[in-house]
Amino acid sequence: MKVVTFAGVSKRFDGGSHGYAVRNLDLHIGQGELVAVVGKTGCGKSTMFNLLIGLIAPTDGVIRVLGSNPFADFDALAGKIGVVFQNDRLLPWRSALDNVAYGLELRHVAKERRLAVGRDWLKRLGLEVHSEKYPHSLSGGMRQRVSIARAFATDPEILLCDEPFSALDELTGASLRSEFRRLVQETHKTGIFVTHSIGEAIDIGDRILVFCAPGHVAAEFAVPEALRELGEEGLKQRILDVMGGTGA
Amino acid sequence: MRLRKEPIISGLALIGLWQLASYFFPPFLFPSVAAIGKELLAILTQGELVVGALATSARILGGMAGAFVVGGAIGLWMGRSAGFERYIHPLLIFNQGIPALSWVVISIIWFKSTEFRIWFIILMTTLPAFAFQIHDSYRAISKDLIEMSMSFRPSKWDLVRTLIWPSVLPGIMTAWKVNLGNVSRVVVVAELVGAGIGVGYELLQRQQLFDMAGAIAWTLVLVLFVVVSQGFVTMLESHFLRYRPTSERQR
Ligand SMILES: Nc1ncnc2c1ncn2[C@@H]1O[C@H](COP(=O)(O)OP(=O)(O)OP(=O)(O)O)[C@@H](O)[C@H]1O
Ligand SMILES: [Mg+2]
Repeated sequence: MKVVTFAGVSKRFDGGSHGYAVRNLDLHIGQGELVAVVGKTGCGKSTMFNLLIGLIAPTDGVIRVLGSNPFADFDALAGKIGVVFQNDRLLPWRSALDNVAYGLELRHVAKERRLAVGRDWLKRLGLEVHSEKYPHSLSGGMRQRVSIARAFATDPEILLCDEPFSALDELTGASLRSEFRRLVQETHKTGIFVTHSIGEAIDIGDRILVFCAPGHVAAEFAVPEALRELGEEGLKQRILDVMGGTGA
Repeated sequence: MRLRKEPIISGLALIGLWQLASYFFPPFLFPSVAAIGKELLAILTQGELVVGALATSARILGGMAGAFVVGGAIGLWMGRSAGFERYIHPLLIFNQGIPALSWVVISIIWFKSTEFRIWFIILMTTLPAFAFQIHDSYRAISKDLIEMSMSFRPSKWDLVRTLIWPSVLPGIMTAWKVNLGNVSRVVVVAELVGAGIGVGYELLQRQQLFDMAGAIAWTLVLVLFVVVSQGFVTMLESHFLRYRPTSERQR
């Protein structure tokens, strides 16, 4: 069974531009895959995520996540999806530790247990000395690491990342990226990683989906094979060509 | 919190000027500072008078608690429903235009119980500020944080407890402070509707006796209540909102 399936999915928002944000999207992601999604700004990547999480309903088509409809059977996927957002989205009134434990708290995990799990994750991300600090006194990179810890702490089956490192410097971004890759592989999760950096996509994905506006998959590359065939520069160029080929 | 010297100096200057005036005018115009102090001491120590001061305080808190509950509910409902907001917002604006004295007249005609009249007057005059402030802070809840929370699929109650409540708390504190600052003006007027006890009642008595020292002392009691209660809210604020960053540079 595929972990994530989109079949002919479209999403059009009422009002606004009246255009489609996602149009006729087909997507199949298997257990344990780490898929990178690249695409120009505004091509519908975040909309795809929100559909997958079940925050919005598709206008057309069918979405299945672990066999459930994420919007209609909202509660069925409780604890199954972890999300690292583009910005850290920490609760400012909670310490780093309490932020990491937040997802577990919403799942009604006992306090001692969730704090222990939270401490463990902070430690894995090198933040144990900062556990009692409020988000405002952490640096941007630390905050983003706290939000990664929060997503992993609930031990979800699927991890979604929406350009989580784009606001960070290259070095920090690269180290968090390999950290993320390692965590996903170690814990046998299925990961979808949205980025607008082609280099990052090649770095992180087993498979790359190139999105074009309005939200559909314009091309797909299996990374190891494509790298062997085209070389890194060649692959980058191919992806660039696809991205530039369609839409604005 | 740090005590500045300026308010102390200006306060002492006011007291000094008053004392100076008391040498040139009869006591029913400008009683001496000592006379006022004696009255104030009596209010704060003599059982019967203490009860009067406490009665007024209780009325303030009771009325505001009612306004907080009703206004808060209206504010939240406005935040959840744009339709409701369009109907109720103009009514709140309209309400804000009604002077406290009009509510006094209306409540005398409508209600028999003095305590209920007072409660109703405070309720009606402090309700809009609660509704507006809580509506504003509800609307200001970050959409990003809501999405983040929703991605964990919380129950409705958990969402309220962990996200909505902490988000609107600063607005609630502000509303209490603002309303506490305004309510002293209203409560005295409200107590003219036949209260047999309380600051308003006492002021009326002093006016009939031309007892300026008493009148001033009772006024000071009310001021004291406002300062202390606002200080209390500020204390709560600095405890509950301690997570907020403070900027070193201030303008
Ligand atoms: N809530 C909404 N209402 C109306 N239009 C929307 C909404 N959300 C997204 N859109 C539109 O849908 C399109 C796709 O937006 P989306 O946020 O999915 O892009 P994106 O690929 O994530 O871009 P970026 O890389 O800049 O984050 C855009 O044209 C956007 O204006
Ligand atoms: Mg986006």
